[in-house]
Amino acid sequence: MNRLAAIARFWWEFVVGDDWLAAVAIALAIALTAALAHADIAAWWLLPPAVAIILYTSLRRATRA
Amino acid sequence: MSAAFLVLSAFLASAVEMVEALTIVLAAGLARGWRSALTGVAAATLTLVVIVGALGPALTIIPLNALRLVVGGLLLVFGLQWLRKAILRASGYKALHDEDAIFARELDVARNAERLEGNGLDWCGFTLSFKGVLLEGLEVAFIVLTFGSSQGSIWLAALGAAAALVLVAAIGVTVRAPLARVPENTMKFAVGIMLTTFGIFWSTEGAGAHWPGADASLIGVLAFVIASSGALVTLLRRQRVLSAPVGAEA
Repeated sequence: MNRLAAIARFWWEFVVGDDWLAAVAIALAIALTAALAHADIAAWWLLPPAVAIILYTSLRRATRA
Repeated sequence: MSAAFLVLSAFLASAVEMVEALTIVLAAGLARGWRSALTGVAAATLTLVVIVGALGPALTIIPLNALRLVVGGLLLVFGLQWLRKAILRASGYKALHDEDAIFARELDVARNAERLEGNGLDWCGFTLSFKGVLLEGLEVAFIVLTFGSSQGSIWLAALGAAAALVLVAAIGVTVRAPLARVPENTMKFAVGIMLTTFGIFWSTEGAGAHWPGADASLIGVLAFVIASSGALVTLLRRQRVLSAPVGAEA
């Protein structure tokens, strides 16, 4: 069990790192892109600015801390 | 175009991880003897081959769009983490990654550890290099499998990683010292940009949206990520100067 927890912690830290809020925001932005695409609305433009905004807010949190 | 981009991304990302693994192996080899350290490298490499051999074929049977959505999302979260750290380093908010300091620390740990021998091997040297190569190697495997499977060619991504392995190993054997001269922070910035670019591109496609100009739009996404990152570095540098106490720069 301890080994499984250690493996899960390794992958969580490796992929998500220390800002899980940014990971959640990315998931929401991808979900919104999928929703628009399935409603036949052009959605390719959404993710690049969303990522820039998420990165900016994540950096602000880091520099304030 | 995207094939060259894929090989280059896999090469850079793998090289960064391999430099870190090499630093640990060199420290273990110098402090505890090369036989144990190199046996650790061989054992970790064998373990990695088994893991990649088991996971690689499984990825190729998943539908491409679903794979791109999951892998793109993972790469985006993962890439953004690298990019965030690289921007914090470039703007002075975080200390630069120092391979010399890491090498000195690992060497100290290895020298002070108790000698525990068995089968002619020093287990501390073996474990240190096994752990270092396995952990960094898992990161390389993750990059190769995700990049390769989403682009439909694990072999191209593996080619980039293999080129990085040959280069880093050759430098390691030649200099037998930490690769402090490799501009690791610059490489990490480049890798963060590439991972984020691929992440945006694939997760958008996986979500069912279509890029105007198909693969050619990768260049546009890359330019956007570079410009945004550059702007954020400038912004944070300015913010850091403004928030510094008066007279601190004198």
